[in-house]
Amino acid sequence: MRNDREQVFAKYQAEIHLLGRLGLALGLGLLLALPFAFGKMLNAGVNWPAFWKGAAQLLPVYLPSCIVEFFVYVPMMGAGASYLGFITGNMVNLKIPCVVNGRDICKPRDAMEKEIVATLSVAASALVNTVVLAVGVMCLVPLTPVLENPVLQPAFNQVIPALFGALAYKYFSQSLKITIVPLALMCVLCIAVPSLIGSVATLMLGSGALAIGVAYLLWRSDKL
Amino acid sequence: MKGSELIAKLNSAPMFLLGGIVILFMVALSVVFLVKSYRAGVALGMEKKALKKAVTASATFTFLPSVSILLGVIALAGSLGVPLPWVRLSVIGALHYEGTAADVASRAAGMSGLNAAELTGDTFVTIALLMTVGIMWSVIMCIIFCKWYSQKLAGKPEKTETAPEGASAKPKRKGFGDVMFIAMFIGLVSAYIGSYVGVFTSSGDYMPITVAVVSGAVMALCEYITKKLRQEWLESFSMALSMLVGMSTAVLLVLL
Repeated sequence: MRNDREQVFAKYQAEIHLLGRLGLALGLGLLLALPFAFGKMLNAGVNWPAFWKGAAQLLPVYLPSCIVEFFVYVPMMGAGASYLGFITGNMVNLKIPCVVNGRDICKPRDAMEKEIVATLSVAASALVNTVVLAVGVMCLVPLTPVLENPVLQPAFNQVIPALFGALAYKYFSQSLKITIVPLALMCVLCIAVPSLIGSVATLMLGSGALAIGVAYLLWRSDKL
Repeated sequence: MKGSELIAKLNSAPMFLLGGIVILFMVALSVVFLVKSYRAGVALGMEKKALKKAVTASATFTFLPSVSILLGVIALAGSLGVPLPWVRLSVIGALHYEGTAADVASRAAGMSGLNAAELTGDTFVTIALLMTVGIMWSVIMCIIFCKWYSQKLAGKPEKTETAPEGASAKPKRKGFGDVMFIAMFIGLVSAYIGSYVGVFTSSGDYMPITVAVVSGAVMALCEYITKKLRQEWLESFSMALSMLVGMSTAVLLVLL
């Protein structure tokens, strides 16, 4: 019986890996093609110098984070849920809590059942999220004139400060000791040399490196 | 084409259709995974009732966070149109990442930041591509290494999830990996907050720093209500709600 179950699971895993690899490769291809398709519709193209400049600023932050996320989340979620979770996104705020909730409710008996429950949870979650967003977007279309109303434009011009204000509380409150030095230095730099404000993406690399350095010193001396 | 004319074009039916193709593909992939894992669960001897419970529990659990993700689509729709944020938040992204990537891309393209008035077709396409390229690495890692990694993990004994009774309750020290990622994001956020302070002192424009402070204060209030008053449902909404209150403050300040 035990052997049968293991054989069934091995067959399932082989199929999931094949489907996962093919599905993710195709999905990623579609996602990469989408900007170019948008460009075709708009008679526009990629501004490559701006793209490379942006990539040089973005990748040092997000590339390591993506790699670490892979090594951390795969053991938590299992293969099937990881394939689907990474391509459908919203891992931390939706998929992982969903897997934990699904396992709490279904009480799987072993690693094989855990993997099945996790994959079912992520698939159901991805489908519901897609439906909610699609229905929401359909309701949003009639509201487009309202969203484009000039009275509301100041709100949309402040999306990023609103985002970083919320993130500031979220991250600063996790470690004020790490926060003090980079935050103070960034404030002083931007006050003393206002021309740096336009290069905030470059500043964030220096600030990130400084924060990691401070964190390492605090961590090494066990002061965190 | 620029500004509101471009946003109108971004919200046109063909753009929705293009986004819809990507989303339909993801729906199909999710259905295939759902069916495969359900059948495997049955073949493994799991009760159908338990499997159905996993699906319904996850579906109901997802509803509220999805509404909050929808609020994120609304927040980005004013500066990028609806289809791109719709695809990004349905498929690969997350609100905190999308906003940062869009802002970095718009600045790299010479804009003063993410805003509809300065947006051109070329900049939009560049932003859309950079948003994908910035976050696609976990997917690439999965394609290349997931099989190898899960086989390696399968060879290791499972870790027990609870400590045995009577075991010492000494808290485990965080590894530097955990600390490093918190630190990296603290650095990233510090640069933006510093720039808002600099904008205020150099030009007198208090809007970005005010919006950031209000948004942060709402986030703090949400965390207080979630943790102290045990209203866990609010946790899923805290980010989108904080942003929307912060953004509404900008409208109020202009009107006053």
